[in-house]
Amino acid sequence: MDLRYSPEQQIFEKEVREFTRENLDPNVARKVLEGCRLEREDFLSWHRALHKKGWVGVGWPKEFGGTGWDATQQHIFDEVTADAGAPQLIPFGLRMVAPVIMNFGNKAQQDYHLPKILSGENWWCQGYSEPGSGSDLASLKCKAERVGDHYIVNGQKTWTTLGQHADWIFCLVRTSSDGRQQEGISFLLIDMKTPGITVRPIIMLDQEHEVNEVWFDDVKVPVENRVGEENKGWTYAKFLLSHERTGIAGVGRCKRIVKRLQNVAKKALANGKPLIEDVRFRDRLAQVEIDLRALEITLLRVLDAEREKRQPGPEASLLKIKGSEIQQVLTELTMMAAGPAALPYVREGDNGAPDVEWLSDEAFRYATGHYFNFRKTSIYGGSNEIQRNIITQLVLGL
Amino acid sequence: MNFSLTEEQTALKDSIGKFLERDYTFDDRWKVIRSPEGWSREHWNQLAEIGLMALPVAEADGGLGGGVVDTMVVMEQIGKGLVLEPYLGCVVLPAALIKAAAGTEEAQRTSLSEGLASGETLYAFAHTEPGQRYERASVALAATPQGDGYVLSGKKISVLGGDCADVLIVSAKVPGDTEASLFVVPATAAGVTRHAYPMQDAQRGADIQFSNVTVGADALLGARGKAQAAIDYALDVACAALCAEAVGAMTELQKITIEYLKTRKQFGRALGTNQALQHRAVDMLMHVEMSRSMALEAAVSVDNPDAAARAKAISGAKTLVSQACRFVGQNAVQLHGGIGVTHELNTSHYFKRLTMISVTFGDGDWHLARYGDALLHAA
Ligand SMILES: Cc1cc2nc3c(=O)[nH]c(=O)nc-3n(C[C@H](O)[C@H](O)[C@H](O)COP(=O)(O)OP(=O)(O)OC[C@H]3O[C@@H](n4cnc5c(N)ncnc54)[C@H](O)[C@@H]3O)c2cc1C
Repeated sequence: MDLRYSPEQQIFEKEVREFTRENLDPNVARKVLEGCRLEREDFLSWHRALHKKGWVGVGWPKEFGGTGWDATQQHIFDEVTADAGAPQLIPFGLRMVAPVIMNFGNKAQQDYHLPKILSGENWWCQGYSEPGSGSDLASLKCKAERVGDHYIVNGQKTWTTLGQHADWIFCLVRTSSDGRQQEGISFLLIDMKTPGITVRPIIMLDQEHEVNEVWFDDVKVPVENRVGEENKGWTYAKFLLSHERTGIAGVGRCKRIVKRLQNVAKKALANGKPLIEDVRFRDRLAQVEIDLRALEITLLRVLDAEREKRQPGPEASLLKIKGSEIQQVLTELTMMAAGPAALPYVREGDNGAPDVEWLSDEAFRYATGHYFNFRKTSIYGGSNEIQRNIITQLVLGL
Repeated sequence: MNFSLTEEQTALKDSIGKFLERDYTFDDRWKVIRSPEGWSREHWNQLAEIGLMALPVAEADGGLGGGVVDTMVVMEQIGKGLVLEPYLGCVVLPAALIKAAAGTEEAQRTSLSEGLASGETLYAFAHTEPGQRYERASVALAATPQGDGYVLSGKKISVLGGDCADVLIVSAKVPGDTEASLFVVPATAAGVTRHAYPMQDAQRGADIQFSNVTVGADALLGARGKAQAAIDYALDVACAALCAEAVGAMTELQKITIEYLKTRKQFGRALGTNQALQHRAVDMLMHVEMSRSMALEAAVSVDNPDAAARAKAISGAKTLVSQACRFVGQNAVQLHGGIGVTHELNTSHYFKRLTMISVTFGDGDWHLARYGDALLHAA
């Protein structure tokens, strides 16, 4: 039993730190640290740098070009890069559809898609949810009719994160209405350039464009773009969801925000004194750091236990709940730290933006918007209520 | 004990209610949000016609002489309709300030109150400063004596209604004084630069720079170096008003959420059939009801001459209501799922206003500390 890093792990940590220092675009890092919205290219420049080094396939098996790192190495990588202000790699390709293709796709799909996911050439988005099918995903209606060697897809997906940037979308579609809902779903890979696809923005409460509606109007998808068997898509979908959930915990990023918040609290003034001297605020900072440490160790325990298996268990739900709650607390604390500076609405590059020079730290600039935005974390990836239902049934057996 | 509204108060409530129904639907409000000013003079005049601007001004000063409960009734409706017109910033707060600071100086009081009561002159209280956070007595903006008058230099931030006010009431400190003074400054005075912006909840505000702004001795509102009690009073009135507004907004948001739980179906049944969500909705309701009680306590305590008792009542209410704003707002969004985090639906607009209320003029922690201080210093 030892919670410290071994000498080899410390060497690895140093290597990651140095690589990040040399290869992360300082402008991207600044944007991440200041909480600005990132452009497509901001994500991709870091992705490509990692790809050159062979460090994109974190958690992927070596045979597919993965790093082959163990749980601790993955964690070190996450923590060190996040701390430096590296953007999070977009998970839809790397952490979601890739494991599905590896486990259930055919050789042709693996050969075609996996290298393009690794290189960042193809940006993926997730077409699961529909207006009528959120928590009750299996009720989805978006229809795919088999005509010759194509499927004709009609219907709508929604909440599609960063779909405006995507080259490909993986979709759950209804291929049969007989029997149980779960038994009529198939898993399709669809090129976003296919005629008949329309992407419409949904503006979120922080007034940013992050999610979309994706409409399908007689979209022709070759049958060879179906992963696995027809009507077996639900199995693959669930497999993917558990991968999504471990990813959501975001421990590295939270650690960076905690550190930053502590620094901010030392500088920001409350009645002429540093905010950190306010015992109520300090208690809150202390509490969230304690909770985060507990989450971190739990994450490492779960990753370690999962090392042998390829699929995360229902424990992933626990990480998702706790991780999202901590992220929400952190954004809320940052807003609280801002005090009266929480009120103005600041938008990057806005002419009408308030005079923010006086803000003691630019961390406050987007604090309230982030707080609003992060209400999403307890809703997406399967809401926290649904995660609790899963734990109730699968872990507690109630 | 009597918890019922008077006939006049009920009539007041009804007429604002009618205004909201007829002229302030969510679509009307969108138009206001998208207008360059972010509020509507037309709505303002309608509200003035109902008597809202004259309400908090004494009859002797040309007002209707309404009491704190009347203000509570109004603010609840304003919360319900998420009204963007700057009633709190440009009427409730300055009216309280003028009343408390000018005190017995009748001429000054009356001349300031006239335009306020008619709705023609908009006032704003420029008080908050960078680094001050919520501390009411820490004023750094300098008022340096010069000739008969003063020169004002410094900066105010997050001024409610600071975007549109014609006249600013500015807290400032004369070097050597221990307490702040208040100055009445036209927003167009030379040396006043305001940086207006929308706030997170679509209301408007401004940061205001004062660079060597010269004012005469007659700009002083009340006695020099003796403004702290008036500032505290006015901010307490504003906090009580915010509590009432929060109750109005929370009640509406609670209603919207229950309606959604009844209509939205997943797994072949209404969301509201899930016990986890039922219990959450009950907890929301409890927060709303506790807030309603504390908003009442705040309203009836605002004019308590015992300042310590007033501080406890107001800060107790603001602490509890801030917590409720958070719980009710967050859970209304959560229970709506994805649609709750969209800009398009009113749910997020209520959530945002409630969030802003919770951090305006002291967040829950600050008011809890103030309440605690009152315990510590109680005889
Ligand atoms: C910012 C954001 C990004 C997203 N990105 C994507 C994406 O890229 N791709 C994609 O496919 N989807 C995405 N989603 C969709 C997300 O997965 C759904 O929003 C989520 O599954 C909830 O569904 P819903 O919004 O329809 O809410 P509903 O299912 O209608 O739920 C409403 C509320 O009821 C609760 N509830 C529902 N059923 C139960 C139950 N049985 N027991 C207890 N409580 C219950 C929920 O927890 C929630 O609080 C995203 C969502 C958001 C907000």
